[in-house]
Parts: sequence; structure tokens; C-alpha cells
Amino acid sequence: MCETCGCGDPEIVPIEVQERILSDNDAQAAHNRSHFSGLGLLSINLMGSPGAGKTAVLEATAKAAGNRLRLGAVSGDLATDRDADRLNASGIVSSTITTGSACHLDARLVHRALHDFPSHDRDIFFIENVGNLVCPAIYDLGQAANVVALSVTEGEDKPLKYPVMFQKADLVLLTKIDLIPHLDFDLAAVEDGLSRVMPEASMLKVSAKTGEGIDAWLQWLEKRRPARVEHAAEGHGHPHSHGKHHEHH
Amino acid sequence: MHEYSIVASLIDRVQQEAAAHGGSRVHRLHVKIGELSGVELDLLKTAFDTFRERTICEGAELLIDTVAACWACPSCKRPVVRGAILRCDTCGRPARMVEGDEIILERIEMEAPDV
Repeated sequence: MCETCGCGDPEIVPIEVQERILSDNDAQAAHNRSHFSGLGLLSINLMGSPGAGKTAVLEATAKAAGNRLRLGAVSGDLATDRDADRLNASGIVSSTITTGSACHLDARLVHRALHDFPSHDRDIFFIENVGNLVCPAIYDLGQAANVVALSVTEGEDKPLKYPVMFQKADLVLLTKIDLIPHLDFDLAAVEDGLSRVMPEASMLKVSAKTGEGIDAWLQWLEKRRPARVEHAAEGHGHPHSHGKHHEHH
Repeated sequence: MHEYSIVASLIDRVQQEAAAHGGSRVHRLHVKIGELSGVELDLLKTAFDTFRERTICEGAELLIDTVAACWACPSCKRPVVRGAILRCDTCGRPARMVEGDEIILERIEMEAPDV
């Protein structure tokens, strides 16, 4: 019987659910995580505004890493393959996830891209999210860490204006720092804003143009790489606990 | 506008519950949305009003319970003052979110003769 509004309708019953609405995405993200862990690679969800310099940072990362690290990336893009083309040219094995009008990547899109990905023999796998400081923060993709690129031209108030995004970040990359001499940029204001929205505020200052700070960023990545594990020579070598069969390429 | 995809997931979930319980018409949905969940309440309501049509949720009411963000020290449990630096004044430890990031389907009220 309906007990909420007292209408007395005997056929209305309350069904207790108490579950995250995005539990399907969470389950898919957990599955992706097992892919990444089975492959022994570090997966990074790189987020930030359009034009924050996400692709440029990855290009600079590839340049600095040289032959030391095998890098892979999938780029979420509404309409083009431009980012993946740029990354491939820089030496990062890359593919595009075309999202159409969708403003974020979800775990299912990343999973599909993983299965179609040309190489699974990577050390670090970047998921370059769609340029957007709001929506991507909501979706777990199975990544080991969230990194947010914030460029110095976006304004110091972005952390306070977009607290959900920065609260989810394990690291903020302050990009385009070579432009600081041309701007009235208040670094302390960014640091203060971050400390109020990000519990373990951590920021590295980088310039993709000059290469400044890229070594520190590489060290940050290296420190988080999992110990190399033996995995099956065939397929991904991870369990499929969801019980659904799908092909591994 | 991820609110549309959240509503799509919500309606899918309700359909699963309805199938499991032999439910037909849904009257009310109770959801809990945290201040730091990244979900905009007005957009969520608009998305629900749009997507519920011709689904089991057609005509259903969406009741939203909002949760304010609350941070506290994981050691001494002292709460962090709203807007302050997320670090405990006393222990110096980074604060932890106590609540405020919920995106939860709590309860469905539906016509379900099998229950």
C-alpha cells in the first residue's frame, strides 16, 4: 500500500533500490580496470577545457619519453580524428573515440575502443577525454588516475568554479606556463583555489612549447606505473567476471 | 548535458526493477543527488520530463533529495568549514568527503501486484 502520500492505493508498492544510478557504468569501469591491470599498464584519464593543451602535453610527453616508454592513447573527439592524428605523428599509438554530440567519455565507449586498439603492448595508456570541465568528471572509465590540464589563459578562478572536476583530480597540470610573462597571472590564487576543492592538492607546471616541467610530469607517471606482470600471450589475460562473452582481438 | 545520459540510466534501472517485480506503472521515483555530484537539478528534471514519455516512467514524479557537501578530517573527524582549505587545522591531514557526491536511486513507487 502506498505509504508516502496516503492515497491508499493498494497496488502502489515502494521498491527499495539504494544504488548508484550509474552503477552500469561503474561495473563497466571496473571491467576496464581489470583490462588495464591485466595488461600491466598505467591508465590516465586526462581531462580539461577545450584548448587547455591536453594533446600538446601528450605530444611533449612523447618527445621527452623517447624510446623509454611505449605510450598509447584514445582521444574523445566530437567530430574529427585530429587529436589522434597528432598523437600518432608524435609516436603515441592512438585512436579516436568519436562521441558525436556526447560531451564526455563513458566506460562503455572506452571499453569498445580498447578492443579495437591496434596495440596492447603499452606502458602508459592515456584516455584523452572530450574537452569539457563538467561532464567527464562524473564517469569512472577504469583509469588509475585522473589528471586535469588547466591552462594559464583560462583564469585563476577555474578550480572554484568547477569544484567537481578538480575534486576528482589526482594531479593538475598547469599548462602553457611559457605564456605567464605576457599575462597578469596569479599563481597563488590558483593554488589557493585548488586547496579548497582538492583535498590532496597537487599541481605541476608545464610548458609543451618549451618542455619545461615535462620531466617532472614523466617522473610522476613513472612513479605510478604498476610492477610489470606476466600476462597471457594470447588475448588480454584478464577475467571476465561479468559473464558476458565478447571477442578479444 | 550528461543529465540526459543519467536519466537514460535511471529509466533503464527502473525498467529492470519493474521487470523483476512484475511492476507496471511507476508513480514516483526518489533519488538522492549530492551538491558535488556534478548533476544540475534543473537539467535533471528537464531531462526526466523529456525521457519519461513512452517509458514505464511516463507520468511518474521525480522527487529529489539533495545532500550538501560535507568534508571532515579522517582522523579527528572535525568538519571543514564550508569553502575553507580542505586540510584539518589540528592534524594537518587532507580532509575526506563525508557526503555530497551521491547520484543514487533510492526508491521506486510502482504498481506491482506481485510484491
